[in-house]
Amino acid sequence: MTSLRTKLHDARGQLSDRWHHMPKWTRWVLIAAVVVFFYALPNEGFYQHLGPIPTTESNFGQVLFTVSIYVLLAVGLNIVVGFAGLLDLGYFGFFAVGAYTVAVLTSPSSDLKTLWQWEMALPLAIGITMISGLMLGTPTLRLRGDYLAIVTLGFAEMIRIAAVSSEFLKGQRGLNQIPHPPGEYADGKPVFGVLDARPYYWLVLTLIIVVVILVSNLNRSRVGRAWVSIREDEDAAQLMGVPTFKFKLWAFAMGAAIGGLAGALFAGKQNFVSSQNFELLNSIIILAAVILGGSGNIVGAIVGGGLVAYLIERFRGIELFGIELYEYRFLVFGLTLVIMMIFRPQGLIANRRRSAEFKDRRKEVAVGG
Amino acid sequence: MADTEATGTGPTAATREPLLEVDHVTLRFGGVVALDDVDFTLYKGEILGLIGPNGAGKTTCFNAMTGIYRPTEGEIRFRGQRITGKKRHQITKMGMARTFQNIRLFPEMTALENVQVGADAHHKTSVISAMLRLPRHWREERDGREKARELLDFVGIGHRINEMARNLSYGEQRRLEIARALATSPVLLCLDEPAAGFNPAEKEELLQLIRQIRDRGVTVLLIEHDMRLVMGVTDRIVVLEFGKKIAEGLPAEVRDDHRVIAAYLGVPDDAA
Repeated sequence: MTSLRTKLHDARGQLSDRWHHMPKWTRWVLIAAVVVFFYALPNEGFYQHLGPIPTTESNFGQVLFTVSIYVLLAVGLNIVVGFAGLLDLGYFGFFAVGAYTVAVLTSPSSDLKTLWQWEMALPLAIGITMISGLMLGTPTLRLRGDYLAIVTLGFAEMIRIAAVSSEFLKGQRGLNQIPHPPGEYADGKPVFGVLDARPYYWLVLTLIIVVVILVSNLNRSRVGRAWVSIREDEDAAQLMGVPTFKFKLWAFAMGAAIGGLAGALFAGKQNFVSSQNFELLNSIIILAAVILGGSGNIVGAIVGGGLVAYLIERFRGIELFGIELYEYRFLVFGLTLVIMMIFRPQGLIANRRRSAEFKDRRKEVAVGG
Repeated sequence: MADTEATGTGPTAATREPLLEVDHVTLRFGGVVALDDVDFTLYKGEILGLIGPNGAGKTTCFNAMTGIYRPTEGEIRFRGQRITGKKRHQITKMGMARTFQNIRLFPEMTALENVQVGADAHHKTSVISAMLRLPRHWREERDGREKARELLDFVGIGHRINEMARNLSYGEQRRLEIARALATSPVLLCLDEPAAGFNPAEKEELLQLIRQIRDRGVTVLLIEHDMRLVMGVTDRIVVLEFGKKIAEGLPAEVRDDHRVIAAYLGVPDDAA
C-alpha cells in the first residue's frame, strides 16, 4: 500500500515537475487543447466517442451546465477558504442572493413588477451579492476559525429560511418566467432556449475562463500575498503592514461576487427560482469540492468542483447489486472524502506549498509515534 | 573595546532627536503589574538595548511599544504621535518594524514572497488594478521584487530566494525575519532576541548585521539576553526588573551598576 502510494506520489511529482519545466508555448498549446476539449464536449458528435464519460440517463448538455456552475462556485469559494483561509460554511447563501436578485427583478410573478431583462439584472445581482458579502463580513470577519464557520453557516440558513417564509420571495411556489440571456441566431431563434442547455454551458465556461484569469492575476499580486500571509499568520501579517481586515473583507466580497454571478446564471437558465433550490447541503458540497480538489489552488478547485458535480450526476441510472447508486450518492461521496482525508489530505491537485506542510506533519506524527 | 566603539558612533547629545518616547507607562493584566511606571526615550540613530532577567517585562514592554498592548497608564509616542489606539498596520506604516522572539514567518511562502509582503506595506495597488494588471501593479511588483532581492542579499541569504521559508535553516529564518521587517522601510527596527539559539560565530555575524542596519539610517531597539552581544553593539541600555526600570545609561555604566549586577548577572562581574 505504502509503496503504491509513494509510486503514485512520485508519478504526480514528475508530472508537475515536467509541467513547470515545459517551454511556455508548450504549456499554452496544452491549455488551449484543454479549453477546446471542454468547448467541444457537449456536442453529441464529439462525446459519443468518449466511451463511459457522457451520462446515460440525463441530457449531457444539462449535466455539463450543472457541473460548470459548481466549478464556478468552487473557484469563488477557493478565494475565501483556500487563499485567505477563512472557513465559510454558508457560501451557497451568496448563490441564492444572486439567483433571487435576478428573479425578483425580472420575473412577472415578483411583487416588484420591474420585468427587467436578464442582462440588466446581472450586474445588479453581482453588486448586491457583493454588498451582502460585505454586510456579512464586516461584523463577522473579526471572528476567527470556528466562530466564523458557525456564523457563515447561520447566514446560509437565514437566506434559505427567508426564501421559504417570505411572502416577497414566494417560498416554495417560487418566482417563474425569469427571462433567458439575450441573443438570437440569424434565423431569429433565440440562442438561449429551453431545450438546448449547451449555449448556457458555453456561456458559463467562458465566464469561468474570465474569472480564472482575473483571480489568478489577484493571486500573483500583493492581494494574493496578503491573503496567504493572513492564512499563514494573521498577527504577523498585521505587524508587517497588511491591513488584514480589509483584505479579508475583499476575499469575502470577491468570493460573494462570483457566487452571485453563478446564481444569476442559474436563474437565467432555470427560468424558475424557489426556496427548494438552496438546501444547506449545497454549501457543504462546494466546500468539500474545494478541499477534495486541493485547497488554495485554482486548478484544484476547478477539478474538485467539476469532479464532485459530475460524479453525482454520473451515478444516475447505475445499478449495483440491485441498488440504485444515485440514491446513495452522498454516502459514496462521504466515504470518498473520508478516504481522501486519510490518504491524500492535501487534495487531488495539491498546492505545492500545502503538500510540503502535510508531508512535514506526517513526519511529525511518525516521530511522535 | 567593542562597547566604546559602538558608543562612539551613536548620536551626540546635541543632535539627539527623540524617536520613541515611553512616557511613564504602566500596564496591568488584572492584578498583575507587568510594567510599572517605565519611562525612557529612544533617540534617532542609536542602538538601544532593552535587557533584564527572565520575566522582567521586556517582551511586554516591546509589545506595548509596538502597539499590541495598550498601556493602562501613560502613553507611548512614536515620531511625536501617540500610538495608542492606532491599528497595527498603521504603526508599521509610520515606520516601526519588528521581528519575533519565536520566529513567525509565513512558512508556505518563498523567502522572496515573505519579504515582498513587507515591501507591500507601502504599496498602493488596489484590488482592481491588481486584478486587471494595470501599470501601477507592474511598477510596484517590480520595485517590490528588487527591494526584496536587495534585502535578502543584505542579510546574507540571497542564494535562498525561491526557497520556502519553512525549508530554511534556523539561522536563515532569523535573517529572513529581519529582511522582511526591513522591507517595510522602517525608521525603527525592533529586534526581539534575534540571537536566541545562535552559536558564537553566528552571533558575531548578527552583530555586524545590526551595525550595518544602523548605518543604513535605521534606529534599532534590541531586546537581548546575551550580555556580551548587548554590550558589544548597543549605544545605550535600559534595564528592567519586575516591570520596573532599574537602570539606564551607557553599556559601561550599566555594567558597573550594582542593582543591575544584583538583578541581572547575579554574581559580581569578575569573569568579564
